[in-house]
Amino acid sequence: MSHDITAEHDEHHGPHHTGLARWVFSTNHKEIGTLYLVFSLIMFLIGGAMALVIRAELFAPGLQLVNPEFFNQMTTMHALVMIFGAVMPAFVGLANWMVPLMIGAPDMALPRMNNWSFWIMPFAFTLLLATLFMPTGAPASGWTLYPPLSLQGGNSLAFVIFAIHLMGISSIMGAINIIATILNMRAPGMTLLRMPLFVWTWLITAFLLIAVMPVLAGAVTMLLTDRFFGTSFFSAAGGGDPVLYQHIFWFFGHPEVYIMILPAFGIVSEIIPTFSRKRLFGYTSMVYATASIAFLSFIVWAHHMFTVGMPLGAMLFFMYATMVIAVPTGVKIFNWVSTMWRGSMTFETPMLFALGFVVLFTIGGFSGLMLAIVPADFQYHDSYFVVAHFHYVLVTGAIFAIMAGVYYWLPKWTGHMYNETLGKVHFWWSTIWINVLFFPQHYLGLAGMPRRIPDYAVQFAEFNMISSIGGFMFGIGQLLFVYIIWKCARGGEKATAQVWEGARGLEWTVPSPAPLHTFDTPPVVDDSVAVHKDNLA
Amino acid sequence: MKRTNELIVALAVMAVIVVVTWGLFAVGDNMSEGVTPFSKDVYQLHNQILGIVTIIGVLVFTAMFTSIIVHRKSRGHEPAKFSHSTKAEILWTAIPVLILVVMAIPSTRVLIDMESTGGAEMNIKITGYQWLWKYDYIEDGVSFYSALDRDSNRVRQIGSGEAPESVDNYLLNVDNRLVVPVNTKIRFLLTSDDVIHSWWVPALGWKRDAIPGMINEAWTLIEEEGTYRGQCAELCGKDHGFMPIVVEAVSREAYDAWVAEQRQAIAATAQESSRLWTRAELMDHGAGVYEAQCAACHQADGSGLQPAFPALAMNGEPTGQLEDHLRVVLDGREGTAMTGFRGRLEPQDIAAALTYARNAWSDEEGEIIQPSMVAELDQG
Ligand code: HEM
Ligand SMILES: [Cu+2]
Repeated sequence: MSHDITAEHDEHHGPHHTGLARWVFSTNHKEIGTLYLVFSLIMFLIGGAMALVIRAELFAPGLQLVNPEFFNQMTTMHALVMIFGAVMPAFVGLANWMVPLMIGAPDMALPRMNNWSFWIMPFAFTLLLATLFMPTGAPASGWTLYPPLSLQGGNSLAFVIFAIHLMGISSIMGAINIIATILNMRAPGMTLLRMPLFVWTWLITAFLLIAVMPVLAGAVTMLLTDRFFGTSFFSAAGGGDPVLYQHIFWFFGHPEVYIMILPAFGIVSEIIPTFSRKRLFGYTSMVYATASIAFLSFIVWAHHMFTVGMPLGAMLFFMYATMVIAVPTGVKIFNWVSTMWRGSMTFETPMLFALGFVVLFTIGGFSGLMLAIVPADFQYHDSYFVVAHFHYVLVTGAIFAIMAGVYYWLPKWTGHMYNETLGKVHFWWSTIWINVLFFPQHYLGLAGMPRRIPDYAVQFAEFNMISSIGGFMFGIGQLLFVYIIWKCARGGEKATAQVWEGARGLEWTVPSPAPLHTFDTPPVVDDSVAVHKDNLA
Repeated sequence: MKRTNELIVALAVMAVIVVVTWGLFAVGDNMSEGVTPFSKDVYQLHNQILGIVTIIGVLVFTAMFTSIIVHRKSRGHEPAKFSHSTKAEILWTAIPVLILVVMAIPSTRVLIDMESTGGAEMNIKITGYQWLWKYDYIEDGVSFYSALDRDSNRVRQIGSGEAPESVDNYLLNVDNRLVVPVNTKIRFLLTSDDVIHSWWVPALGWKRDAIPGMINEAWTLIEEEGTYRGQCAELCGKDHGFMPIVVEAVSREAYDAWVAEQRQAIAATAQESSRLWTRAELMDHGAGVYEAQCAACHQADGSGLQPAFPALAMNGEPTGQLEDHLRVVLDGREGTAMTGFRGRLEPQDIAAALTYARNAWSDEEGEIIQPSMVAELDQG
């Protein structure tokens, strides 16, 4: 941006486009944020439709709707779409919108790269989804793509790998941008320890992304060469080792699960103080807890592979390291509860989702702790107990936090209040059915039902049927979410700049809707503006 | 004033949470206790940890919901000003650490125990295949395949029109069971011939992956006679859900009798592979082998599943030359799900299956393949 900013004050980055071109060429963090969020919502619906295919087949024992091959394609694609298409882009979208507003920056540090990192995504997902229509079908070896199974599939594997490369590039560019923005663009006085927690969690997440996306790229590239160019990294017959892939994959995969939850911690840490009308309890310890979780996430990867046959010492190490993660995670939960304690709480939709998050994520954390216990994991692993665990942390964790964030900031984005009654209906509907959907899966796993199977013994029938009903009801409820957002974008009660009585922070000092360009003159930040401060008497 | 208020609400909230939690435990299944010393250890460990997290959960949620009920604006509650307490933070870092140590000690003990495979009285090699298991009794020289039973296999087909409830142990039954003696320390050696599988019988207390090119170890000592069922637990392709495991634990005497019976059957088999078979015998035996080994991919009518699994019969005629056909069956086709059957099936099984596949869907009488020809063709 070497051109004269004042001369083009209204246009900022070059000529102003209209219509479609406005979105295609946009370098504005708010527009790109919107693009990411809309994209993520579409992917959420596509991934959700795939989940419903799975739950429909599992409604009753016997194969009724799809053959096993297609069933496996659905489980694989569902996970890839949800992880890389729904959860991660939603967080990047929220970061795009909110990080500059929260730190008093006029835009992201690297706006043109920002445009690119979004526009790579539609290409990546077109490639990924196109495999469903290819002669050999979509990949069917699970989102983990373990060899040798993943190498048995058709040529569509190459498309999937290329799609993953593109997603990785997009994520890394997004992460670089976020780091550059946070480290360089803060308004005067916005010291690191005055930053809102959402900004902190994203800063740490961005480092995780840069560290592990290349690892994933490496792992899938080795798959690619094994499959198409005659190498044998993972083929035992050629002197390779299939378990090596699992080590590399989970060295990416475990930090990845924290990539999907740390920003959620940040969102919830913004919302709970606002609606408790009280400062966040233990701000500094929250920052340290986030950093320790991020560090620990690099040394626990093998807890996903206790059953591959590791040396005893390795199993003990990974068990202890995994258990230790429960400590900083616990600190966070205790701090949230202490924030609410003796507050003056109200329960608007964002708060409801945040509270739902705290309760249900904690349940997912408990099952995580149980999974860390190696001897018990020999029973839990690859059973429905694990399916229940990661859906509690991902759906009622990550997705609930995203929904909380959307309701929280929607008035700031659109300038209108969403329909509060419908929002509450959406919350209660989702919370009830998501538990009907996933809680019985704990029982199924304990009773011995393996995961990733299209059909099951009749003793598992009841809980599967309950789970499927929960799935359909939850799924239908999400159409209400789409409707609420659409309505709110179109109109409604005008939102004030402050929006929420108890809200603090720079984002609430700009008008609603936030104008396209904000903080052209940096605001000055001191303790009175700081969102969180844990040494106020 | 306010204090008692919080306390009373807290007790009420706790009561509700305890009832709900109790309800959740009451309606659901728990892990099975199993029938081996350490399945029982694992069960105990599981219950202990579940107990600990439940208590923590009850306390945390009680505090949270008490706050939600008492500290609300609509009840005129004014927000407090505190946002920090070093004492509390140290406390709730230290206490969880202690709890974790308490959990880690028994976990470590049980794990060390599970990993000691020494002193085994017998060894069984388990090999995973897409989609069945092979068991080799190393000392007793018995060896066989174990696949989903025919009834389940028929009923599970899409549009079979038969109810899963009509089959005994639907999807959890096999043609040949793994028979083992009770009160004997058995060491398992697990490996795979194609992709990764995982051998899981919940009653034994563990699962272990079967990985190509690697041999994993595990052991068991079953204390009660009975039939124990399990399944493959690692996604291994389209029929991953259809490769069950059935372990039959019997007394030492019954086991010895079973071994003797198996040995006789082996001797009979050896004879079978050298004698001449009639067409009817081959077709009859071949139908069974084809259904168990081939039909999953190539379909019962030989039409295959395009494009991954090719048809064996086009317009009722076999595709390809006999030699090529045999070679593929023996060696498999690299890069596909077609694995070689050399060593996995007896010559008469291969001969019969081939005879079947080359005759069943054709109106004319095609060539028949004798077991002896399999060995010859393989050499030439
Ligand atoms: C207290 C914190 C947590 C602990 C101790 C924990 C522990 C574990 C363990 C041991 C497993 C492996 C289970 C197995 O396959 O046998 C696992 C699986 C998994 N966890 Fe967690 N977890 C925690 C939090 C999370 C969070 C925050 C997320 C994501 C938001 C997450 C997502 C997952 C996923 C996706 C899997 C399954 C991956 C797969 O096999 O496909 N977990 N967890
Ligand atoms: Cu298997």
